[in-house]
Amino acid sequence: MSKTKVKKMMFILSKATIENVYAAFIMANGARMEGIESEIFFTFFGLEAVQKKKLEHLHVATVGNPAMHIPTILGGLPGVEAFATKMMKKEMEELDIPPVGEFLEILSDSGCRLWACKLAVDMFHLKEEDLIDEVEGILTIGDFYNRADQEGTQLLFI
Amino acid sequence: MEKVISNKTISVNEEGYLTDFSQWDKEIGLEIAKEQDIEMTDKHWQVIDYIHDKFEKEEPLSIRGIKKSGVIDIKEFYQLFPGGPLKKATMIAGIPKPKSCI
Repeated sequence: MSKTKVKKMMFILSKATIENVYAAFIMANGARMEGIESEIFFTFFGLEAVQKKKLEHLHVATVGNPAMHIPTILGGLPGVEAFATKMMKKEMEELDIPPVGEFLEILSDSGCRLWACKLAVDMFHLKEEDLIDEVEGILTIGDFYNRADQEGTQLLFI
Repeated sequence: MEKVISNKTISVNEEGYLTDFSQWDKEIGLEIAKEQDIEMTDKHWQVIDYIHDKFEKEEPLSIRGIKKSGVIDIKEFYQLFPGGPLKKATMIAGIPKPKSCI
């Protein structure tokens, strides 16, 4: 289908901070828009992005993030993270970047395949019904590598 | 760069996008679609009409906009224009490739 050398982009999302989640989503969606296959494997904290109860409550990291340009001690004060998150979401809405839930629908409708990591699902004691319907299944890392076993596939850990 | 399509000379950029929308007509759209292995149906033209409408209003195109368009859903959009739907649909519509990342 795609005439590009890159045929398939596979993302491993291990974090639940907004900036990381959006990086994965925008790149996975961008791949589909270029006619490149894409898949996302949600592992460890990345699983929060596909949990029904958590996905609309992801935050930007205000502690340990030098690009915030505020002292770390301030970043940890109550309300600072929520405020920074609110500001970032507002900026994104102005750029017509969809919220997490809507973005996941767009990705799934666009043919991006979404998978949950078995080990992380077990570790956090999650059940399939805790995850959004767009997640097609729970895979081991071996299953995921098998899906990557073709020419022109790139793997990216976020 | 110039290109002759259905006996008309049009200007295109290196990727094949028309550089002057006033040169576009339906026949040219049809020929560009053929080059992209797309056979145009009424549904395809409805999407092209939607794209022209947005272009005239100078509103940016995005996949989220397609979802909200009421013309077509995203799944169908990918089926109608396989291999990069917004890229291909805008090329057929004779307008520049969208610059948006989403």
